[in-house]
Amino acid sequence: MRVWKFGDNIDTDAIIPGRFLTIYDPAELAKHAFEGIRDEFAGEVKTGDVIVAGKNFGCGSSREHAPIALKGAGITMVIAESFARIFYRNAINVGLLPIVCDKAGTIIEGNSVMVDLTGGYLIIEGKKLPTEPIPDFLMKIVDAGGLVEYARKLEEVPVCTASHR
Amino acid sequence: MGATLVEKIFSMKCKKDVSAGEVVMAPVDNAMIHDITGPLAIRKFHEMGGKHVQNPEKVTMLFDHQVPADSIEAAENHVYMRHFANKQGIFNYDIREGVCHQVTMEMGKAAPGEIIVGADSHTCMYGAGGAFATGIGSTDMGFVLKFGALYFRVPETINVTAEGSFQERVGPKDLILSIAADIGADGATYKAIEFTGSAIKSMDMSGRMTCCNMAIEMGAKAGIVPPDSITWDYIRKLRDIKPFSLESDPDASFIDKRTYDVADLAPQVAEPHNVDLGVDVSKVAGTKIDQVFIGSCTNGRFEDFEEVAEVLGDRKFSDAVRVIIIPASRQEYLKTLRAGLIERFVLAGALVEAPCCGPCMGGAFGLLAPGEVSLSTSNRNFKGRQGSTRASVYLCSPATAAASGIYGEITDPREVE
Repeated sequence: MRVWKFGDNIDTDAIIPGRFLTIYDPAELAKHAFEGIRDEFAGEVKTGDVIVAGKNFGCGSSREHAPIALKGAGITMVIAESFARIFYRNAINVGLLPIVCDKAGTIIEGNSVMVDLTGGYLIIEGKKLPTEPIPDFLMKIVDAGGLVEYARKLEEVPVCTASHR
Repeated sequence: MGATLVEKIFSMKCKKDVSAGEVVMAPVDNAMIHDITGPLAIRKFHEMGGKHVQNPEKVTMLFDHQVPADSIEAAENHVYMRHFANKQGIFNYDIREGVCHQVTMEMGKAAPGEIIVGADSHTCMYGAGGAFATGIGSTDMGFVLKFGALYFRVPETINVTAEGSFQERVGPKDLILSIAADIGADGATYKAIEFTGSAIKSMDMSGRMTCCNMAIEMGAKAGIVPPDSITWDYIRKLRDIKPFSLESDPDASFIDKRTYDVADLAPQVAEPHNVDLGVDVSKVAGTKIDQVFIGSCTNGRFEDFEEVAEVLGDRKFSDAVRVIIIPASRQEYLKTLRAGLIERFVLAGALVEAPCCGPCMGGAFGLLAPGEVSLSTSNRNFKGRQGSTRASVYLCSPATAAASGIYGEITDPREVE
């Protein structure tokens, strides 16, 4: 497992450039992840690797190609100080785990990283770092394995039945 | 405690009081899909076991990012969507009408109090029409196609008040770039931005669209202007709808309030490679440019082209610069054409293309080579956005783009006679 570190405001154009958006296959998209931004990524990334970033990860376009490309590359989770809204929701929908951790900056490349979702912390080289909980309504989607799996079981939805985070 | 405009919209839809922070499964009044995110949304709809689209009459489908098809893959995506539209009874504007957000507005598909989603981040533009409108991903859109509703977390609202009158050749784009620089690229994440004040009140729909369009560039879930006579006049030409009052209560709870005075605002330019890097044009004046792009959902309307024509006068654009002008829609193209502006732009040396996203999305034509510099009236200047990751994109208003196109370098439009 390898930690790939990125800075603040990593936008979806950086994750997957506009010229590859006619592609929908995860493995094909993965070949172009971070192209021109971090060219070694696509060749060296391995299944189970983790991305660690600063604030506002995934800002910009709503393209779901971005989390799909990362998942296709084998990334299981993205840990960031904060996420852009659409990317966060897209990641959960496609089964890529977005973890908000305000101490993400203390994680360095080479660290071993594990997550305890129910406990609400990361384990970095044996030490615990608290994470923000995933809102309940989205946790149901995470538990189902993504929005497709969640929605497949439903015939209809309870429109405007309010629930709290 | 009073309610914000956005809380009122969700309360109206849900027929009960709903406050910021609550999660609701709200019905969707319109769902917009285009040729980039649409094919994936349709696949997800099928994977979810979808058979019949819940409300096909509430789906807006069109192609704008890669039109006319610029690759075989793009052509195949268009075919795939056409088949789906035919089968499901969805009206498809195909490649005919222009950029999704402009078309959604001018077809009257976003009205005050409605909840609209689009599989495109700049869907927040419809807030100019008093709707709550937000960009979503393709899987969420697949869900909307199947169920006609989606989970929303009702957002807190930031009130942005802009007062005063703009100087000549300074306008809405300069204002929103300066607000983005102030609030920052993630300063409004998960929040709605409500635009109020005399400078907004006196703006036409085109200017309001420019402002709401760029709410996402601060991370916002939505941008919205309280509907007034300008909004209602616009929508009532398109749809039979009765005006009603819709605004935040005086005692509504805002998470933040910011006030701007536009009287002293200089033309703004966002430096590479983030939208929140806006500076006064004087700080970057003289920067050599290779390409100027005037168009996009942000600034591709007739009013924008009038601004360009006013600055251009009888001059020609510099031979050192490629000036690409693309109206945002067929209707805007016709208005510009009938006013004689297209002929003036072509005579001045510009390349005028048919309505589409063009260089804005960096996937079709108008791409930049390494080391090249573009000045653009669009909404994003991320590294690689318009081609090479070693190219640079600056963002500005149509007036600044026109002035800079004349001189081949970034130029303050107020200094052009």
